[in-house]
This record gives sequence, C-alpha cells and structure tokens, in this order.
Amino acid sequence: MTESRLESGWVEPSLREEFPGLGLRWTAVEAGPTRSPRELRQRLRHLSDRIHGERVLNLRREPIASSYRVFFRQIGIDPEEFRPPAEAAMLERLRAGRFASRNLLDDALVVSLVETGVSVRAFDADKITGSLGLRIAQPGERLGGNDIELPEGALVVADEQRSVGLIFGDSAPGRGVEPSTKRIALCVVGVPGVPEISIEEALWSTAGMLTGT
Amino acid sequence: MPELVDGHISERDAGQFTGPSSFGMSLGGSQVQTGYDELAARRSLREQIAKLERELATAFTEAYPRRGLEWRVQSPGGPRIMGVGELEEIRDELAVRLEDVRRALRERALVEREHVDRIEEMMLAPERHKWVRISNQDIGEPGCKHWHSRPRLGLIGMLLGWWRVKISSGCP
Repeated sequence: MTESRLESGWVEPSLREEFPGLGLRWTAVEAGPTRSPRELRQRLRHLSDRIHGERVLNLRREPIASSYRVFFRQIGIDPEEFRPPAEAAMLERLRAGRFASRNLLDDALVVSLVETGVSVRAFDADKITGSLGLRIAQPGERLGGNDIELPEGALVVADEQRSVGLIFGDSAPGRGVEPSTKRIALCVVGVPGVPEISIEEALWSTAGMLTGT
Repeated sequence: MPELVDGHISERDAGQFTGPSSFGMSLGGSQVQTGYDELAARRSLREQIAKLERELATAFTEAYPRRGLEWRVQSPGGPRIMGVGELEEIRDELAVRLEDVRRALRERALVEREHVDRIEEMMLAPERHKWVRISNQDIGEPGCKHWHSRPRLGLIGMLLGWWRVKISSGCP
C-alpha cells in the first residue's frame, strides 16, 4: 500500500454557512472488494456478540448517533423511516442474529461503523476527479450526471466535476465500488456534534482493515 | 422582510421573500430564503429541532418496554436544505409527536399504577381477585413475570375457597 493520508474535503461556503461544523474527510487506499480474511470475519463475529437489545435501545441517546439523528431531521429525513447508518446496522444485527460477512469492504465498513458510530462511505477512487466535497445540487442536476434527477436543494457528495452520491443515501451509478475496483476512496460526512477524532478513527480503522495494516 | 419573533417566522411572511440563493435558485421548495435574517431563522429552527429530537429520543428510551407508541414524524423528504416554512413544519410535527408521546405515557403510568395497587390487593386477598392475571407489561416493566390469582389444588381449592397468587418467574 502506498502511504495514505486523510484529506479534508471542501464544503460549499453557502452550505457551511447553513451548517457550521459540517465537513468531509476522505482518503484513498489501494484495495478491492475481495473476500474477507479470517481475522476480519472473526472480528465481525465478536462484534455481533457485543451488540444486544439494550445497547440498540439506548443508541439514539449516545452523542454520535444522536448527532446523526438530529442532522437527519434538519435535512428533512425522518430517522425512524430512513435510519442513520449505525442504527440501521445494529437493528439488522438484532434481526439477523449476527453481522453476516459479505466481503472485505462491506465487513470493514460495518466493523468501523459499529465500533465508532461513524459511517464511512466508499467510492471507486479511480472514477473521482480531484478532491471530494459537499455541496448543494444545482437546479436540474442529475446524480453523477446520469438519469436520476436530484430534487431542488439536494445535498450531495461531489468531486470537482459532478455529484457522486447523496449526502446520506444512494451513490451515483458507476461511482460505487465494483469487483474491478483497484483503489477505494473512503469518506466520512462529519455532521455537527461528531468529534473529529471519531471521524479519523473510523477512516484509519477502515483503511487499515482494507490494506491489512 | 419576515418578522422574527422568538425564532419563529410566519409562513406567510417567509413565502413573500424572493431573494436569490447562492446558486440563484430557491432552496427547500417553495419556502424561499437567503437574507441574513432568514439564515438566522433557519439556524434557530434547526436548534429547536435538535432539542426536540433529543427530547423525543429520551422519551423513546424511557418508554421501553411499552409498545404501540407512534414515533414517526412526518418529514418533507431529503436530504436537502429546508426552507423556513418546512423547518417550522418539522419543528411543529416534532413538538406534537413529543406531546402525544408524553400524554400517552402519563395515561399509561396511571393505569400501571392501578395495576401495581391491584397486585398488592391480590397478594393480601387473592379470593377477592379470582382469576385476575397481571403481567410485567401491565405495570410497564420488562420481562415476562406475571401475577395470577388462582385456586390451590385446582377444583378442590376453588370449591373450598383456597385462593393464592401464583407468581411466574420469567420468560419461557
């Protein structure tokens, strides 16, 4: 692996004005969605044993989970309907009885999400132009320049050319990680109230699991 | 310019503001904005939403194990920048939901208190509460424990008036 470092993504000034404290951190690592190593699958199993009903019940009062819920409300999403990532993962763990291993990338994302409460997103780094950032969609803009028209005022993660995904939600077609991906861009949208150290921990931890370091 | 009163801008006034946004578009649908006052209003509304959401989250955890309460709050759909009117709607919906939940919990607390009192009465005089069964759920506690007033030795106890409260210890 070449030495990766955490980058601070740009935030459109008018968006920063609306949400002081909103930010994006990202990094790129040389890795693909291969099979999970045994150690990571074991870690996922141990993590499954640590999650129980009481923890999930109280999750929404924990500072990081609470910050995501609040931000969801403020941008028009009902977190009871569209769960913040940590809540969704833990509820799925209760429903399924465990965190099922899927592949290296998905497993690494779940482990860092459950351990830090911070959701890391992944894109194909070779399909990103320049730096990642956050902005408000332009009128009539389509997600990734393709078929999906974005609603007015939509908040998107974007590179320097076009949107690559909704701030919380779908990635643009063709921008996500695919079997052919060689480099993965990992990014975290930091909402007000989420400590910087948790964001960095989530990114370093995910990058470490992907590169086996 | 909309009138700002205690962090509240009326929808009527908000709708009249037609200044351009940084991208020359209206943000958050028809509730347009951008002047400094509106930015301050949106921030104030977001703080109110944050406070209400945290209170609702506290109510959610305190309500456990009670079921059947509605926690969803109608949202205009996102993720996007909400206009003043939309933020006001979210805040109002949250406030209504929180009040509904608190009222429901108060009403349930009264019923649960009655059930606790009845358990005490059952323990003192089981024959006056024949076949009454009260569960943990009825008193707002987690678990499967229940108190059941039933005759000792079945039919014989029933005929002779030998009643007792049987306490089931837990979940199967």
